[in-house]
Amino acid sequence: MDIHEYQAKSLLAEFGVPIPVGGLAYSPEQATYRATEIGGGAWVVKAQVHTGGRGKAGGIRVCQSEQEVWEAADDMLGTRLVTNQTGERGRGIFRLYIEQTVDIAREIYLGFVLDRTTERIMLVASGAGGMEIEQIAEEDPDSLIRVVIEPAVGLQAFQAREVAFALGLDASVVSEASNLLMAAYRAFRDLDATMLEINPLVVTGDGRMLALDAKMTFDDNALFKHQKVSELRDKSQEDPREMRANDRGLSYVGLDGDIGCIINGAGLAMATMDMIKHSGGEPANFLDIGGGASPERVAKAFNLVRSDENVRAILVNIFAGINRCDWVAEGVVKALHELDIQMPVVVRLSGTNVEEGRRILAESDVDVITADTLAEAAEKAVNAVTKENAA
Amino acid sequence: MSIVIDNQTPVLVQGFTGRIGSFHAEEMIEYGTNVVGGVTPGRGGTTHLDRPVFDTVKDAMDATGAEASIVFVPPPFAADALMEAADAGLRTAVCVTDGIPAQDMMTVKRYMRRYKAERRMQLIGPNCAGVISPGKALLGIMPGHIYKEGEVGIIGRSGTLGYEAASQLKAAGIGVSTSIGIGGDPINGSSFKDHLAAFEQDPDTKVVVMIGEIGGPQEAEAAAYAKEHMYKPVVGYIAGLTAPKGRTMGHAGAIVSSAGESAAEKVEILKECGVRVVERPSEFAETVGKVIDRKA
Repeated sequence: MDIHEYQAKSLLAEFGVPIPVGGLAYSPEQATYRATEIGGGAWVVKAQVHTGGRGKAGGIRVCQSEQEVWEAADDMLGTRLVTNQTGERGRGIFRLYIEQTVDIAREIYLGFVLDRTTERIMLVASGAGGMEIEQIAEEDPDSLIRVVIEPAVGLQAFQAREVAFALGLDASVVSEASNLLMAAYRAFRDLDATMLEINPLVVTGDGRMLALDAKMTFDDNALFKHQKVSELRDKSQEDPREMRANDRGLSYVGLDGDIGCIINGAGLAMATMDMIKHSGGEPANFLDIGGGASPERVAKAFNLVRSDENVRAILVNIFAGINRCDWVAEGVVKALHELDIQMPVVVRLSGTNVEEGRRILAESDVDVITADTLAEAAEKAVNAVTKENAA
Repeated sequence: MSIVIDNQTPVLVQGFTGRIGSFHAEEMIEYGTNVVGGVTPGRGGTTHLDRPVFDTVKDAMDATGAEASIVFVPPPFAADALMEAADAGLRTAVCVTDGIPAQDMMTVKRYMRRYKAERRMQLIGPNCAGVISPGKALLGIMPGHIYKEGEVGIIGRSGTLGYEAASQLKAAGIGVSTSIGIGGDPINGSSFKDHLAAFEQDPDTKVVVMIGEIGGPQEAEAAAYAKEHMYKPVVGYIAGLTAPKGRTMGHAGAIVSSAGESAAEKVEILKECGVRVVERPSEFAETVGKVIDRKA
C-alpha cells in the first residue's frame, strides 16, 4: 500500500526524522490559510498523489505570495496529474501539502528497501540527491552506498556514521545525520514498510538536516498489524476496477489490451497473458480468481472484466486443483445468464472434475467457445477479437 | 528415488484441525503419504482423522518420529509455527500459507541460521503448492491425478502453472520424479538453486524443468548454478512477458522492481547459461520431449 508524502512525513516525524513545517489543504482558501499559519515569504505547494516525478509534471510549485499559493492551489485541485510513472490517466489531485521553502545547501538520496538477494533490509544512499534512484544507478553508480542490515540487531550507530562520512557530510552534522538514519530505519522496520525513500534529504544553509520529500510503501500482508497505517489508505489514488477487485479478494491489474482474462493462480494467469501475446493478441487484464472459486465468484469476475470498455472477448482459463471445473462451468453459465455479455467467451477447463464441467457447458443454452489446451484457448480468443473488430 | 519426500517419510500437519488443514491432510493420506499426526496448540491429547493431535511440534516429534511437516497455519501465526518447526529439529517443512508479512519471513530465515547446516531445517514456501513425488507421496496441495510417475523434476513458483506443465507432460507420456513449488513470495525458504542441486544428485531424475516468473534474483542465480555445476539438462520458462514494470502480479514477489527482473531479461540470462527455454507456455512437453530425445 502506498501513502501520501505528508502522511509519510508525519509517520517519520514520530520516529524522530526532522521535516519542514507544513500543512494540508483541500481548497485554495485552506492553502492560503496554511501559508499564513506557516509564515515566511515563500511556500511550496505540493500535489498529494501516489506517484513519483511530480516536480517535472508541474505538481510542485514554488510561490512567492499568498496570492500565488491561492492560484497554484486553484489550478491544481480537481485536476489529474500525469507523470512519467502514472500512465495517461494520471492521478487525481484532491489534497495539497503546503510547506515553507527551505534554503538548500546539499541534496542527498536516502532509501531503504527489502533486498531479495540478501533477504535483509538494505539502506541505499547517494550524494547525488534529487534524482530518481534509477537515474543515479545509471549515471552515477559509484556514488551509491549500500548497507545491509542484520535483522537480529538492526541498524547500528557505527553503520549510520559510516554512511554519513561516506556521503562527505560536514563533521558538524554527522551525529544529526546518523540519528536521522536510525530513526528512518526504525520507522521502516516497526511499520513493516517495503520501501522508504527520502529524496531529497537536505542539508540546509544553516546546517540542519531535513527530509524534504518522503515516500513509503507498506507490505499489504502486514497491514493487519498496523491499524494506524491501514487507515491512511486513499482510495481516490487507486484504479477503481482494481480497488473493487481487491476488496472482493480477487487480484486484478488493468492493462491496455482487448482480451479480458479470468484465470486461477498468478503464474497461470501470467502465462495465459503471455500466450495471448504470442498468438498475436493483447491481454486487457491480469486476474487471479484464486483457489476454491465458487460459481458466484466466477460470475463476479465476469462482471469485473467486462466493466473494462476495451474488452472485446473474454478468455476463461481454469486449471482446477483445489478448484472444481463443474463449479467454474456453473459460474460461467450463471454469469452469461445474469449479465448481458455481448462478446465472445472462450472457456478452457482442465483438472479436477473436468468432464463434468465440460458437460455442464455443452448442455447449457449459453454460447461459449470451448478449448482443450492453453494454445487453442489463446488462439480462439485472438481470432474472436479479430472477427469482432472486422464486424 | 525422489527428492524431499517418499512414501516412508513420517509427516506432521501443523494447523491440523483447521478447515484447510483437515481437507488437505485427508487428500495427502488418500494419496499414500505417511501422515503420523498433527499439531494444534490447545488440542493436544485428542485425535483427528484417526491420528494423534499434539500441542507442540516437539511433543509430536517425540511421540511419532516425524521428519517433515506441512504448515497450514494462518498468516499472523505462520512465522512462529515455522520457527517452532525449525527449533524442534524437523528436516523439512512445507509452508502453504499465503500472506505472511515479508519481514516475518526475514526473521524466520535469520532464525534458521542459528542451527548448523547439518541440522538446519529445509523450508519450502511459503505461498506454495508443496511437494509431490508421483506414485509415492504428497506433501502439498496439488491434484495427484495430473502427474505421471517418471524422470522429470519440476521446480516452480506457481501452483497452477506447475499443474499446467505436469499435465502437458502427462499428455505427451512424460512423467515426473518430484515436483516442488517454492512459492511466490519475495522472501521464501528454498530456492530454485537448492532444488537443482538435489535433482542433480537424484538418480531417478534425468531432466529438470524450472518454472520461474518476473521479480527477484533467484532464476538468474539458478541458471548460473546450472551452468557451473550441473550435468543434467535444465529446461526453463519465465512467466510475465506482458507484466508492466512496478506492478504486483498476484504473487507478492511477482514484481519487476530492478534491472534483470523482467521476463525478457531473465529469458536472456537463462539462454546465456545454456538453459533450454520454453518459448511459449503451451510448449512444455514439446521442449522437454526434445531434450529427452537428444539425451537418448
